[in-house]
Amino acid sequence: MVQFTLPRNSKIITGKTWPKPEGAGTVRKFKIYRWNPDDGKNPQVDTYFVDMDDCGPMVLDALIYIKNKIDPTLTFRRSCREGICGSCAMNIDGINTLACIYGMDEIKGDVKIYPLPHMSVVKDLIPDMTHFYAQHESIMPWLETKTSAPEDEWRQSIEDREKLDGLYECVMCACCSTSCPSYWWNGDRYLGPAALLHAYRWIVDSRDEATGERLDDLEDPFKLYRCHTIMNCAKTCPKGLNPAKAIASIKKMMVERQL
Amino acid sequence: MSLMTDRKRVIGLGTAKSGTDHFWKSTVTAVALLVIVPMFLFSFGPLLGEPYADVQAALARPFPAVSAALMLIVGLYHFRLGIQVVIEDYVQGPARKIAIIVAACLSYGLMALGLVSLAQIAL
Repeated sequence: MVQFTLPRNSKIITGKTWPKPEGAGTVRKFKIYRWNPDDGKNPQVDTYFVDMDDCGPMVLDALIYIKNKIDPTLTFRRSCREGICGSCAMNIDGINTLACIYGMDEIKGDVKIYPLPHMSVVKDLIPDMTHFYAQHESIMPWLETKTSAPEDEWRQSIEDREKLDGLYECVMCACCSTSCPSYWWNGDRYLGPAALLHAYRWIVDSRDEATGERLDDLEDPFKLYRCHTIMNCAKTCPKGLNPAKAIASIKKMMVERQL
Repeated sequence: MSLMTDRKRVIGLGTAKSGTDHFWKSTVTAVALLVIVPMFLFSFGPLLGEPYADVQAALARPFPAVSAALMLIVGLYHFRLGIQVVIEDYVQGPARKIAIIVAACLSYGLMALGLVSLAQIAL
């Protein structure tokens, strides 16, 4: 059976409470998941206090504040700070989202931050994305053509280009896949919403000539048909995309080519 | 410890080249049940608690008998398809295959039992 409880060495214990910043005005409490692979201890939740008068409005600003001013060992990924790189995906207040575009004013009470669910943790808020990226690579996320390449460029009509809207914006942050119960239980074989959204992005690309092969590669009870339209992916996507709709479109095409 | 590459791990045994048939049959039977379930409830519901002779007479008529037979066939076939998906979701390892076989036997067994019982009552 699938495992519904955490293994003993993953049970979370109460961690350290760091002192409040001196002379702070408005203070906000942060509870953050910590795990260090080198100390042999169970994961713990540390408590930090952030001076809101000395900190930007986004959750990432608070994390950077903590790292710079309280605890330099706090480990997390971040890069663009504007929702385009997908690095700072984490579970904030129970929602998978990007710390850089999630405002602290959207959270009531303490701010609870965990790594993306159901992923192996490398350290603190950093999940191991290796398998996720390999799944993305497996759907051939590039233009496949058989016709000789044109001298200038592969042309696409405005209408066909519009079919890629709502798909090309995905930044591969993994918020959707790690919110999907099917991906939690069968992530080894189910490709997950992110990879399938990308698969659909290339399937509907009017310039791509490997549509049949792409559909062939997804014709599988586990790779594709583990999606049960739970819709957590669409609900959590920080970019407002709808992977469930893309997956439903793939299923529709699968049926269309058989009937 | 395995030294397989991540890509190799994702590929696994490759694509099964099936799944659409299962999905399509589940969808079609679900839509069919939208019609069959009300038909069955409408024809079979009033018979609950009635004397045996009345039930026998009612099920001897084509509409209630066909509704009950369709309910048994389509309903249990849909159940068999659905329960397989649930098992694939939650059961792992060799138990998965065993559970799918048991569920199929149960579904078809109930279907056969129901149809034979219906025939005995109706004919």
